[in-house]
Amino acid sequence: MNRFTIKGLTVNGTGPLDLELQSGDCICLSGPSGSGKSLTLRAIADLDPHEGELAIDDTVSTHMPAPQWRRRVGLLTAESQWWADTVAEHFPSGDGVHLSQMGFDDAALGWNVSRLSTGEKQRLALARLLANEPEVLLLDEPTAALDKENVAQVEALIEQYRQEHGAAVLWVSHDPEQIRRVSQRHLRLRDGHWEESP
Amino acid sequence: MSVISLTPLDLALTAVLILILAGLSLLLRLGVAGQLLIAAVRTVVQLILIGMVLTTVFEFAKLQWVALITILMLLIAGREVVARQQYRLAGWWGFGVGTISMFISTFTVTILALLVIIGTDPWYQPQYAIPLLGMMLGNTMNGIALGLDRLTSAAREQRAIIEARLLLGQSWREAVRDIRRQSMRTGMIPIINAMAAAGVVSLPGMMTGQILAGSPPIEAVKYQILIMFMITAGTGFGTMAAVWLAARRLFDDRHRLRLERLR
Repeated sequence: MNRFTIKGLTVNGTGPLDLELQSGDCICLSGPSGSGKSLTLRAIADLDPHEGELAIDDTVSTHMPAPQWRRRVGLLTAESQWWADTVAEHFPSGDGVHLSQMGFDDAALGWNVSRLSTGEKQRLALARLLANEPEVLLLDEPTAALDKENVAQVEALIEQYRQEHGAAVLWVSHDPEQIRRVSQRHLRLRDGHWEESP
Repeated sequence: MSVISLTPLDLALTAVLILILAGLSLLLRLGVAGQLLIAAVRTVVQLILIGMVLTTVFEFAKLQWVALITILMLLIAGREVVARQQYRLAGWWGFGVGTISMFISTFTVTILALLVIIGTDPWYQPQYAIPLLGMMLGNTMNGIALGLDRLTSAAREQRAIIEARLLLGQSWREAVRDIRRQSMRTGMIPIINAMAAAGVVSLPGMMTGQILAGSPPIEAVKYQILIMFMITAGTGFGTMAAVWLAARRLFDDRHRLRLERLR
């Protein structure tokens, strides 16, 4: 992928959002709670109906089956969800390609989900998402529930993936320090409209 | 063995039992005496009416009359399926999913049984067609209502999980697979249990009725086995169809979970 384009994206009265991300770009989005940041990311992942156009290079989202779109444009939520007993059952092919990069060995695949800590869960959720090798990463406050050590670890893992795979990243964050650390550009949502933030 | 015909006096004597029960309920302030009496009156009126209708239909044995009655039975069962769900599909779908599934499964199995297995002449002979379909509808209705109720409740409760699976690139079928299986199982378990307990824990109503009406027990048993298998097949196929259709309706063409389609 060279270019990820968002044209006139409007969700529930929030927007329009017009953005163009090149491979390897990281843009942070912020705004008050309940202002529509998460809804915007969900719409970009095509999880909710929306107005506007989304495209990877010249291929618009509607010209691609939705599951394929969501594998290429991956969304990580603040709270991860688990539906089976063991970690392995949550990985698309049953093997965790990115596990070692996340600081786990293969034994982690056999772990019981109910015994994972919040930090482990979030890192495994990231590994699970990266197993699809998404070209665009949508991160919805991925470190909101983590302690300082885990925040640094997750940030480093995302940075490494961005550099190695040239992924474009859209990162919703409340933390001004984090925004400064990870992004090249910052948009703020004010009264339903997106504004460039210094 | 001949049938001992019941006189109005016989029925009046059993009605006295209901009156005693109502009196006792009143005495104990259970708050059900009124309901009990109304339900008893409804039983008498509804059954006498259906008895009169069936007498007329049996006498004329015309296909259009049988069709009319069976369609009416189907529509009432369809309404009952909707009424038994806490969250149902909005609009026409709420009624349509259950009714279409019941139509496909119960009518197919009943017609198959009439044509191929029992071999009545004409095939729609109302003495066979209407009671058979009635029993099929009653049970299939239960299975479908249970299955759909489980599906829609689980979809609401497990929304976050379904969407997490969609976000990982799963199709709607994969994302709702576990819930769909549980829902189909929920719809089928009662009839499987009924088969397992038949004759040991309970004597099925139809068989008991036939024996009381003078049939040799072995004949009654053969019919009961036939009915049990028909009901199980009808309930199973109907529940599978209804759960599949409703699950499909919970998602749109872009594989998005659309819970606003429930009300």
